[in-house]
Amino acid sequence: MKSNASHYLQKFSIYIVLVALFIVCSVLSPYFLNSSNLINVSRQLSVGILIAYGEMILIISGFLDLSVGSVLALAGVLSVSTYQNTHSMAAAVAVALLVAVVCNIVNAFFVGNCNVPAFIATLGMQQAARGIALYYTDGQNILQLGDFVKIGQGMIGPVPIPVILVILVTIIVWYIVNHTRYGRGIYAIGGNRSAAEASGINSKISIYKSYIINGLLVGLAGMIFMARNNAGLPNGAVGYEMTGLTAAIVGGTSFTGGIGTVSGTIAGAFIIGFLENVMNLMGVNAYIQQIVQGAIIVLAVAFDVMSKSKKTQKVIIVKEDKKESGK
Amino acid sequence: MSDIKMRVAGVEKSFPGVKALGNIDFAVRKGTVHALCGENGAGKSTLMKIIMGIYKADRGQIYIEEKPVDIKSPIQAMEHGISMIAQELNYVSELSVEENLFLGRLPVTRFGKVDWRRVRREAKKFLEDEGLAYAPDQKLKTLTVSDIQMLEIIKAITNNAEIIIMDEPTSSITEREVKLLFEKIGELKEKGVSIIYISHKMEEVFQIADDITILRDGSVVSTDRAEDLDMDTVIARMVGRKIENVYPKEEIDHGSMALEVEHFTKEGIFEDINFHVRKGEIVGFAGLVGAGRTETMRAVFGLDSHDSGIVKIDGEEVSVKCPEESIKKRMIMLSESRRDDGIIPPRSVLENASLASLKNFIYGGFAHRRKERSKVTEMFGKMNVKTPSLETEISKLSGGNQQKVLLARWMLCDPEVMILDEPTRGIDVGAKFEIYRLMTEIVKEQRAIVMVSSELPELLGMCDRIYVMCQGRITGCVERNEFSQEMIMKYATGLNV
Repeated sequence: MKSNASHYLQKFSIYIVLVALFIVCSVLSPYFLNSSNLINVSRQLSVGILIAYGEMILIISGFLDLSVGSVLALAGVLSVSTYQNTHSMAAAVAVALLVAVVCNIVNAFFVGNCNVPAFIATLGMQQAARGIALYYTDGQNILQLGDFVKIGQGMIGPVPIPVILVILVTIIVWYIVNHTRYGRGIYAIGGNRSAAEASGINSKISIYKSYIINGLLVGLAGMIFMARNNAGLPNGAVGYEMTGLTAAIVGGTSFTGGIGTVSGTIAGAFIIGFLENVMNLMGVNAYIQQIVQGAIIVLAVAFDVMSKSKKTQKVIIVKEDKKESGK
Repeated sequence: MSDIKMRVAGVEKSFPGVKALGNIDFAVRKGTVHALCGENGAGKSTLMKIIMGIYKADRGQIYIEEKPVDIKSPIQAMEHGISMIAQELNYVSELSVEENLFLGRLPVTRFGKVDWRRVRREAKKFLEDEGLAYAPDQKLKTLTVSDIQMLEIIKAITNNAEIIIMDEPTSSITEREVKLLFEKIGELKEKGVSIIYISHKMEEVFQIADDITILRDGSVVSTDRAEDLDMDTVIARMVGRKIENVYPKEEIDHGSMALEVEHFTKEGIFEDINFHVRKGEIVGFAGLVGAGRTETMRAVFGLDSHDSGIVKIDGEEVSVKCPEESIKKRMIMLSESRRDDGIIPPRSVLENASLASLKNFIYGGFAHRRKERSKVTEMFGKMNVKTPSLETEISKLSGGNQQKVLLARWMLCDPEVMILDEPTRGIDVGAKFEIYRLMTEIVKEQRAIVMVSSELPELLGMCDRIYVMCQGRITGCVERNEFSQEMIMKYATGLNV
């Protein structure tokens, strides 16, 4: 019975933390529960959640993407520029998605075909994509986006457009991860790649699919990011891969691969979002905020790893008890 | 009784929910080889880990030369003169021979710097003394497994070990190297070193052991002088029952050709392999380690590439480029390494079981979870898989149950040809019988089985025909009515009959 309770506690701990944090935040700041604040938080989170889904899928498969920030900037800048030249939103969307997908196909090629560790392959892309973005814009920001900003700032009724987009994407990602053979496959590949291959799963194709999905998410995030800033920022979104990784990991995605859920990742993203928001509302120094975020990443993983090795710890405790009673 | 070197008295050990060892008494005489026999799970490794101080016994005492000792760690065990050569050798392949030799106890100068000159000098002397012809600064990965094993033994001696535990030392070395090892053991005995020898190979045990202790279900069944025992008695005591009906072999009508392999070749690995299996037939592959059986089967299944040759399933030529294709053609392979090519450790038994047959459960755009659960549950029932729930992580199951889950994974694909590579490796004796029973059930359904095994008795017990491989070639084929261990060993060692 007791172990059952602790099992559930562990399984749902992330959601309990989220609820607890929500309550604490609403006590700490009177503005937190304002509907305008909450809408604001979700709008701010939209880019981060999209990135987190991409990283989640990749970490489950046993990989990751360090090029997110750069590719996001490149896709965003090219998309903005396309819009300025053509005034066609369709063209802008197509360019954003295409650019990010192409970058990720390159990532997948090196990871899947050349067996370059994902860390290295995407680190290279991080440099290269940023370089292209800066080269293309000559390091200058692109200003006056016109109607392009709607995708980041517009509303449908009381709901911001990026929030609607994120909800749609969430449904799609949830469906892919839980209801397709590809989704099942990535858990197997991340859990034990050679066993997955021996069971007839084509890991190379899965790697390409994972990076392509990641690319689509990053491309969309790039447009929202630029629109929210009302500018094409070739220097923007630096380090955003870490935001995505943090949300996924705090949400219980296991860095060793094979474990992770969409709902956990959402919870992870909101935990980080609420924390940041409440610290802003309370006027906490930005540098201190960074310290807190750093601590959260490490603590979340430490908690995850320790709760998994609890069984071995128990054995040790039993042993020590015996020793003492023996004396 | 003064010749008793080490004595274990009344040792007990429980793990949560399992009693691993109950009241073990066990004594090793000075300068002798004491063999420890028992099925997997009988408690041999637990006992050795207690002696080595890796586990702490719940109760009981270890005496060395009749003095009680308290061993809390492998380092303390070494201080008491006990060394262990583990089944899976512990070494760092990227380091040099000498560094591995002194791993964990590198001598240092007064200033805390490693005394490399002394390391080199002593390593050189030991290698020369043992007649081993490699340089101390050679990286360990350039040596063969048996060389490394010798090194481990030398390491034990340099530790001034008086008791050396050898856990399955011959599992990965050739026959010639086994001879060398036995010579070494002979020398050690003369020097008064006691050896605890753990092995599943009865021939070896009777060749080398002075005393034999048999463990079963965590208890000592008996300890005798080796000359007072014979193999059948030992096996019967290990298993705890008569073993005549171990192999539930049944007469089954053989149908049409299920699998035909012709002129299958991969340069340097296997050459001109020809064999066939009929429906309802179990065909065995015997041979020594390194004969190329696993390599051949992996290529037939499409896990590895091949240079030339044909594979036919049901009389129809198929291309075996990847497992995906083979599975579509209803040929499957249970890999020899459960850990490397079998289980997905962090996932549930349910997901592990349905992994290869997902197309039956995920179609029309949705995962049909209820169907998946009911099919898997049904198959688990048939296979007698014991698991707390379908959601349990597979890594929490015992080896035998993991193996049955993997077999269930493949049965859910409804295969016609099943290649089973070492299907009973590393599982306890009860589970072994169940695997044999399942194999019989499988061929009754007119499926075909190719069984690769290093355990000759199970091949002899289960197969209708045995192909023997040696150095990448098929050197012989023996029909059931002509089965004899001698003939197979002759083919396996490449002797002309």
